[in-house]
Amino acid sequence: MRYLPHTNEDVSAMLKVVGVESLDGLFSTVPEDCLKREPLNLPGPLTEWELNLHMASLGATMATMPEYKCFVGAGSYEHFIPSSVLSLLGRSEFVTAYTPYQPEISQGTLQGIFEYQTLVCHLLGMEVANASLYDGASALAEALLMAIRITKKTKVAISALIHPHYREVVRTYLRPTGYEVVELPYSKNGKTDLSVLDGMTELAAIAVQSPNFFGCIEDLGPVHERALETGAMFITSFTEAIAYGLLKNPGSCGADIVCGEGQSLGLPQSFGGPSLGVFATQMKYVRRMPGRLVGKTVDKTGKRGFVLTLATREQHIRREKATSNICTNQGLCALGAAMYMASLGKNGIRELARLNYDKAEFLKGRLRKAGLEIRFGSPTFNEFVVKFPDSFEPTYNRLLKERIVAGLPLAPYYPELIDHYLMCVTETKTKEDIDSLVRGIQS
Amino acid sequence: MSETSGTTGLLLNEPLLWERGGKGRCGFSMPRRDVESFPIEQGLVGAVPDFPELSEVDVVRHYTRLSQWNFGVDTGMYPLGSCTMKYNPKVNEKYASLPRFAGAHPYLPAQLVQGALRLMYDLERFLAEITGMDATSLQPAAGAQGELAGIMLIHAYLKSKGMKRSKIIVPDTAHGTNPASSALCGYRPIPVKSNEHGIISPEAVAGVMDEDVAGIMLTNPNTLGLFEENIRKISEIVHGKGGQLYCDGANMNAVMGIVQMGKVGVDVIHLNLHKTFSAPHGGGGPGSGPICVRNHLEPFLPVPRVVKENEAYVLSYDYPQSIGKVHSFYGNFGVMVKAYTYILSMGPEDLKKASQLAVLNANYIKEGLKGVFELPYDRPCMHECVLSDKRQRSYKISTLDIAKRLIDYGFHPPTIYFPLVVQGAIMIEPTETESKETLDEFIEACKSIAKEAEENPGLLLEAPTRSKVRRLDEVMAARKPCLSD
Repeated sequence: MRYLPHTNEDVSAMLKVVGVESLDGLFSTVPEDCLKREPLNLPGPLTEWELNLHMASLGATMATMPEYKCFVGAGSYEHFIPSSVLSLLGRSEFVTAYTPYQPEISQGTLQGIFEYQTLVCHLLGMEVANASLYDGASALAEALLMAIRITKKTKVAISALIHPHYREVVRTYLRPTGYEVVELPYSKNGKTDLSVLDGMTELAAIAVQSPNFFGCIEDLGPVHERALETGAMFITSFTEAIAYGLLKNPGSCGADIVCGEGQSLGLPQSFGGPSLGVFATQMKYVRRMPGRLVGKTVDKTGKRGFVLTLATREQHIRREKATSNICTNQGLCALGAAMYMASLGKNGIRELARLNYDKAEFLKGRLRKAGLEIRFGSPTFNEFVVKFPDSFEPTYNRLLKERIVAGLPLAPYYPELIDHYLMCVTETKTKEDIDSLVRGIQS
Repeated sequence: MSETSGTTGLLLNEPLLWERGGKGRCGFSMPRRDVESFPIEQGLVGAVPDFPELSEVDVVRHYTRLSQWNFGVDTGMYPLGSCTMKYNPKVNEKYASLPRFAGAHPYLPAQLVQGALRLMYDLERFLAEITGMDATSLQPAAGAQGELAGIMLIHAYLKSKGMKRSKIIVPDTAHGTNPASSALCGYRPIPVKSNEHGIISPEAVAGVMDEDVAGIMLTNPNTLGLFEENIRKISEIVHGKGGQLYCDGANMNAVMGIVQMGKVGVDVIHLNLHKTFSAPHGGGGPGSGPICVRNHLEPFLPVPRVVKENEAYVLSYDYPQSIGKVHSFYGNFGVMVKAYTYILSMGPEDLKKASQLAVLNANYIKEGLKGVFELPYDRPCMHECVLSDKRQRSYKISTLDIAKRLIDYGFHPPTIYFPLVVQGAIMIEPTETESKETLDEFIEACKSIAKEAEENPGLLLEAPTRSKVRRLDEVMAARKPCLSD
């Protein structure tokens, strides 16, 4: 096997040094009744060539671009990724390193993550960002737990327009300890209805997503005011980071914690993961924040350098008092996001965001012209909800055969929204793609 | 140290992103604008994010230079104990980035993603076979999340039996995340001490096990690199009082094909695909932390589950007792691909061989170094060995100094100051992919450093001197945090 370097001579010589007769003899401390006698029942080994063919055959069953035109977003977005980013991210010095515990020989990762933290702060208008969490969903759960720790209150309010799966994850995280989760319904305009908060006290946090799951841009100002009134922390979540190339950032709207999914920032969709949990807050909360942090310092000769810092918040220092069990982050994904933001620059990010907005508006207009109802009137970014006629399902299935995925049916997530579909258009769809979608829907 | 691997070479300086570049530069080929611009409510529009302005060349040079300041497994031996820094096969990276997988949307209808679902379905079964368990969930995104999910399963299972318990047993040789994970489930960790042989004795467990204890979190092999020989006994004691046995499987690389945890009393185990199954660590993620369970815990696994119906694979949410979801989608699929192709490349015999050679390498290092550093538990180890700086302390040399000096010799240092049960611990996990020559070089370097500690300790105190930067001021970093620019 090409990954195992030992020759038979090596093995014999090493066994002699260790003082055992055979490889089996190395396991003398494992009791007899714990040892497995029969071989593992697994396939393989395959040669690299055989594996190439096998993986090609698995891949052949997958529907991806350019053959398929997928108008689905809902937390995973098709964006153009420069080859330079993919190539740089493949550098094995980044890929094959561990968490930078030895800073003198990890300055590449450390400076890269410091730059990532800075770029995230600039994108979201926040004072401090961590080195990343697993994904948008667990980032929201961690944000709520952080608010519970800070306010010492045990109830949180979350918008029903936060991604349905993020809300599922929140419930999973909060259930064992019995923290209460209140859901804020949505109103007719496709934004969160805050009236349920009337008279509600003892809240640790109010959390909304913007743009929300229906694609609508929430009014963050009034949510902030509600949070101030009730003494709750104001948390904003997001699934589409590119939106903040155009929209007011959450920091400027008073958010205490901003958390969300960074997949749009140059990461392949990869069937949902790995992605990137983005997490940012205000400096006054930094010591209560979960996740790793990189800080700037100097070496003994006075030269600038970077280290992991504020580690006392972590479990390996104070085992029983850790702020969270987060250990690894999504380091390589964070680095990729930084490469992507650096490539876009301030010139690129605004135009890219505008392009997403304009293409989605273009589709919206075409669908309206075709007589379809855009369900919610509020402004959107690159996603919106369309109501199709009752008989749309056969059309949807026919379009699948034509290699067009005409949005995400919403009924599984919002049973009242039968025949409603969430449509997404990013910069990767051409005018022609959009036109053929509309033609397909009409015919 | 004239002939060591460590050398200075030429490393180029590189400023922060926003300290280079020029106004108007952009490193991005903007997709064509083929639609008109539509009006937007001005109240919604914010300021343009303050990103740097760089050409593609600027970006490429920047990150290439940064990468050269890093040490990875591809650079050299990285014997970081507990982290299993084995070789990360290049071909796995290729498969994970195939456009058909990397470009797949997670919400595509099942009939359009059969390849991905089959891969997940098969990988679940491979991992169940390797651990001797009955069912697997691939959803947890990292070891610590797998651990949390595992404890959630125990919580949900006990609740379904009408049992409400408040404590969980965590040995002092367990991983650091264990207490934090149990606290997230509302359990108070009850520490138990390992015995003079470095393992947990059944008596110690029996002493704290009662009907208010949900279970025990056992790392096996433990963080001293020792096999928990009493695991069957411990399992009987814990199960006897209605508790569950959680196994932290981060060290599974020692026992593939040798011990099936499901057959020795474990109820739930998490694995780290980025350790045992060769996926890279990426400078701290992405990882993947599947959990494998025995039949009685299967109904509680996270949803969706991949199921096979009439020769087709679908995602099913129909598990009413499930703990719910722990990930936005299905977990770190890209990492699963790498573990899947690793297992297929190795096959059953070489997976076992890998564990045997990992254990051989660790014992070889232990034998080579026990005359050099203190060996607190002199008995056969599994995939890693733990030594300490006890002998060097009389020269005012600590584990940290030894670690830093190893950098000058061209090695990544071992894990240091962990596990906590050994003062000044030096925890070495060579993995099976290091050759005898490399191990010999490492042992020689350690011997040479031990000699320097006696004769010229300044060399260690000043180390490293050949790295991009020298020892960094961590106190200043924590006292006056500068976390962004």
